[in-house]
Amino acid sequence: MVASAYTPQDEDKAIWVYLEHDADQLEDVSKELLGKGRQMADELGWKLAGLLIGHQVEPLVEQAFSYRVDQVWMVEHVLLKDFSIEGFTQAAYQALLQAKPSVFLLGATPNARDLAGRLAVRLRTGLNADCTDLRMVAENGVLVSEVSGFGGGVLALIQMAEHRPQMATVRPGVFPLPEPVAGFVGECITVGVNLQPGDIHTQILERQVGEGMDLSRAEVLVAGGRGVEGDFAMLFELARLLKGEVGATRPPVDEGHIERERQVGQTGVVCSPKIAICCGISGAFHFVVGIEKADMVIAINTDPQAPIFDYADYCIVGDVHQVLPALIAELRRSMEVVHA
Amino acid sequence: MPELHSVVCVKVVPKPEEVRVDEQTHSLVRAQVRSEINPPDMNAMEMALGLKDRYGGTVSILSMGPPLFEPYLRAALAMGADHIYLLSDPAFAGADTLATTYTLSLGVRKIGAVDLVFCGEESSDGATGQVPAGLAEWLDLPQLSLLTHIDLNLQERLAHGRRELKGGYEIVRATLPCVVSVKTAANEPRFIDYAIKDWAFGEGRITVWGHEALGAELALIGLAGSPTRVTGLAEAQTRHRRREFIDGDPQHIAHRLAQLLRDNN
Ligand SMILES: Cc1cc2nc3c(=O)[nH]c(=O)nc-3n(C[C@H](O)[C@H](O)[C@H](O)COP(=O)(O)OP(=O)(O)OC[C@H]3O[C@@H](n4cnc5c(N)ncnc54)[C@H](O)[C@@H]3O)c2cc1C
Ligand SMILES: Nc1ncnc2c1ncn2[C@@H]1O[C@H](COP(=O)(O)O)[C@@H](O)[C@H]1O
Repeated sequence: MVASAYTPQDEDKAIWVYLEHDADQLEDVSKELLGKGRQMADELGWKLAGLLIGHQVEPLVEQAFSYRVDQVWMVEHVLLKDFSIEGFTQAAYQALLQAKPSVFLLGATPNARDLAGRLAVRLRTGLNADCTDLRMVAENGVLVSEVSGFGGGVLALIQMAEHRPQMATVRPGVFPLPEPVAGFVGECITVGVNLQPGDIHTQILERQVGEGMDLSRAEVLVAGGRGVEGDFAMLFELARLLKGEVGATRPPVDEGHIERERQVGQTGVVCSPKIAICCGISGAFHFVVGIEKADMVIAINTDPQAPIFDYADYCIVGDVHQVLPALIAELRRSMEVVHA
Repeated sequence: MPELHSVVCVKVVPKPEEVRVDEQTHSLVRAQVRSEINPPDMNAMEMALGLKDRYGGTVSILSMGPPLFEPYLRAALAMGADHIYLLSDPAFAGADTLATTYTLSLGVRKIGAVDLVFCGEESSDGATGQVPAGLAEWLDLPQLSLLTHIDLNLQERLAHGRRELKGGYEIVRATLPCVVSVKTAANEPRFIDYAIKDWAFGEGRITVWGHEALGAELALIGLAGSPTRVTGLAEAQTRHRRREFIDGDPQHIAHRLAQLLRDNN
């Protein structure tokens, strides 16, 4: 076994969260991790810190304080204006080596996943990726990460005893978004980074990223499966009436009926709506993990034996092509009544 | 100019739909489960083979796993790959991401003279997508992730790619050599070429390397080289649901549903 760059003996009892940001705003997944991190740190009497990397990112320090971080470690450099894997890895590496936190959490976003994978190797430590839950063991300060084992309803618990930092990535939407508080002020610590233009071999030439929709935060999810037979128009209409979003299982995505970013489930988005309406969906485990957190589930399926009914509060044995148009008509009618 | 050489990292995984969970032991039942090439790695292979079509050169397949991977990997030869390197040794077993990426990096170094290392977005049994980044770090190479398209400028030794992101894209560039992860479903993987099928499943070459051939440090491979441990398996708790059936004609159902939606939203 090869030792990590620093060991549990030298660790600082702190939980660090990577503060990912875009357009002067902290990403929601970072706030979610700050919420979870605060809770775990309080249980242990540890510090919560955020790691902020970029150029002219000082305004974000205030934002981080409003999520009750004790410290923000900030790495500022003109070469860190845009994300580059070389620059950000070096920045995070130097900050982590200086502070030696016990735990380092990142969102499972495209850039942070790259960063986490690279950092873990540079630090010779372990990385628990795509965790569905996190817990700290009070007695020994070990992070226990829960990941969903493939193929079945099995959750694996993973931990590392001798390696630090204990790194984990968590997908957006797994933990609730905390409310910001006013008047909390922590400490801001600036860290230097050795970076030359010649260290960076990757470049973003063009970037087009719209607001996009965020299924993980939809209050109402109207999800369609193979049983919808590609007729997603009626699902969009229903979602519009309910001010919700449309999601899908994998088959309609694979068949090109709907964009991949709307896929719900293990390899898609984990949603936590108030209401999930599952239309023509059989209820495979891979899908069901994506609606597990819904407050209420309604399922419509022609097959009374469909497994989805085991995961539903309200079960309708029926054809989506009949039930949905009737529901849409009913909702329109009741809205007219309200408006009249 | 030397010819283009791409390595594609390919894993063989049990077909997920055939894996069952033993209700008693809560472990995965892998017996009699058929395997397949990790589907995202088919997209990685297609991207590499597409470059071979356009720029010439060779495509090598690199895989770490048990000897039973071999017949599955031969399908890659039948698709147009030139050579297979299988890193197989009992000492590699139990590897987590750190040990896997170390071992794969030794394979890439031993193959040598590599311009591009392709990976899939994630493996269906690991599904963490951390191998490409870790591999790039061991190799000290730049990396581009989640590409749907790639173009090369061989004169200037540059790769240009389109990176798929939620709600948009980036056009990115890296110097060669570099590591690339390919977005799942970015392309239509080609079928096997029946003209070379017999060769692929017959004399087509597979080179197998163990830890000695790679010169691997024992402290960095397999379970011994893995910082993380699985310490428990828990059954996924399913939330309690009412499971109340609503009967009647579509109008009646619609009425009830509309009521429920109003009361809960
Ligand atoms: C590694 C891996 C990861 C995966 N990840 C995901 C994931 O993230 N998300 C995901 O969704 N899937 C995922 N899958 C696929 C998953 O296993 C299932 O195959 C998929 O969820 C099934 O989709 P479905 O319910 O739409 O289709 P089906 O299983 O075909 O079910 C269709 C249902 O529609 C019903 N139906 C048919 N006609 C009608 C009608 N007119 N009205 C009402 N009902 C009707 C049928 O009775 C049936 O129950 C993954 C698979 C693997 C192997
Ligand atoms: N054992 C392996 N052998 C070869 N390639 C692998 C192996 N494990 C992972 N990979 C590659 O890394 C990608 C991401 O895998 P993962 O990080 O396990 O989700 C896969 O799509 C493969 O291209």
